[in-house]
Amino acid sequence: MTAPLSPAHEQLLRELTPLVVGAITRRFGDFAAAEDATQEALIAAATQWPRDGVPDNPRGWLIQVAARRMTDHIRSESARRKREEASAAIEAGPAPSADRAMSSDHDDTLILLFMCCHPALTRSSAVALMLRAVGGLTTAEIARGYLVPEPTMAQRISRAKQSIRASNVPFDLPSERDRVERLGAVLHVLYLIFNEGYASTSGPTLQRTGLSSEAIRLARALRDLLPEDGEVAGLLALMLLTDARRAARTTKDGELVPLDEQDRSLWDRDQIREGVDLLSTALANGIVGIYQLQAAIAAIHDEAARAGDTDWKQIAALYGLLRRMSDNPMVALNHAVAVAMVEGPEAGLLLLDAVGRDARIANHFRLDAVRGHLHERAGRRERAVEHFRAAAEKTTSMQERNYLMKKAAVLAASTRDS
Amino acid sequence: MKFMLMMHAPRGKGDWAVMDWPPEALKAHIDFMMTFNKELAEAGELVGAEGLDMPSQARIVRASNNGDPEVTDGPFAETKEFLAGYWIVDVETPQRAYAIAARASAAPGPKGAPLNMAIEVRQVMSGPPTD
Repeated sequence: MTAPLSPAHEQLLRELTPLVVGAITRRFGDFAAAEDATQEALIAAATQWPRDGVPDNPRGWLIQVAARRMTDHIRSESARRKREEASAAIEAGPAPSADRAMSSDHDDTLILLFMCCHPALTRSSAVALMLRAVGGLTTAEIARGYLVPEPTMAQRISRAKQSIRASNVPFDLPSERDRVERLGAVLHVLYLIFNEGYASTSGPTLQRTGLSSEAIRLARALRDLLPEDGEVAGLLALMLLTDARRAARTTKDGELVPLDEQDRSLWDRDQIREGVDLLSTALANGIVGIYQLQAAIAAIHDEAARAGDTDWKQIAALYGLLRRMSDNPMVALNHAVAVAMVEGPEAGLLLLDAVGRDARIANHFRLDAVRGHLHERAGRRERAVEHFRAAAEKTTSMQERNYLMKKAAVLAASTRDS
Repeated sequence: MKFMLMMHAPRGKGDWAVMDWPPEALKAHIDFMMTFNKELAEAGELVGAEGLDMPSQARIVRASNNGDPEVTDGPFAETKEFLAGYWIVDVETPQRAYAIAARASAAPGPKGAPLNMAIEVRQVMSGPPTD
């Protein structure tokens, strides 16, 4: 066993991953194989660098190793074909095309991000492929992050690459026409990765919180590539402002702590400052989008010294704007919560009646949970208990269920006592 | 999202009575299950799958007053069905989990016709949603 790679070198490998995949894909024209060859080069680096030291040109080293693997791969492929077909026409594999002089590393990373979010892929395959091809994570690490066996994850990634190969998409940026939509998909996939890590308080927590940091790292990389894009900045800000509350979000035992009961001194002030700065610049410069609005709401929460200081009026206004931009019933629900904080529980409950008529959310636990809170605030404890119990029945989150059951039990006991 | 698919087979001498199946029917059933599992794995959806031993081998355990295990042997006649095995799948939608369950349900029986067993589908609890 050699010494493990230092965190700094691991970080370096991760950062170089998309550049190596890009360079190899350009040279050999086969993204799926290039991605495999890059993974092999990363493994070689992880074993050789701690022993022999980091090469002077780590990127060149990785490209060289990956290219060698590619050549081996092509040779054995063509040998196999020769045996199988015994035909004269031996394909020597795709001819090395001249590296495009104009292409930059930046383009490569961006192309890869878009490629991993190809519309032919399911969301879970896009997530897996992005973490591997752009994030430089191994299949084993991704499998641990999503709590599935490694062969299952390997299969998911290999199918994703097959879909990309079958779609015949060139290794290039999407057309101007598709770009907005495809960037939306990239942001969405990054946000999914972030949430997967942020939402997890069970399982091997460390590995899973790693998903949030990875999403933040990739969002930072994307922001470096597209510094002018307001929504890219908005997403990064949203992640930072949400992740800043991580330490306060659960107890040591893994129980959920609702926002208004969190110990705000545990919030990460530096991260909040960075998020707020990013957001202010983005809001001042460009077209406002859904990530910026959500980041703005997160910022208002983060900037309140105590829960009671929260500017709910502004939050309600922002959710109002968000409702007009996205047809998402969860946004409508959050809007009702904010309105209830400003105008009182009855106003919120009235809005919830309308929200509950939307079939997409009618059976969601959150609707009952919010109704429970609002009835409690209105002093109707029995009704609150009913809704908390209904919410506990419906949720698919263990932490959430524990929280709701306790909430219902405490309230039910208090109605008996009084 | 992950779901557990629990295969409830009818017990006793009814449709199940797997020991009495003709060998070709048994082979078809086992082949079906193996292909089915392979396909789930290839789709990148299989988290785990296990078959359980026969209900005649089941034991019920309760803690006795001093906490020692108190083991009761079967058969447990009160249940009409028994848990024969389970799958855990990781899929994009509940509908996909139902489609997988329907395929499992239609595993071939003693006369080659689909068994149409009851497959109980339950979502595996996950971490809390983000706020």
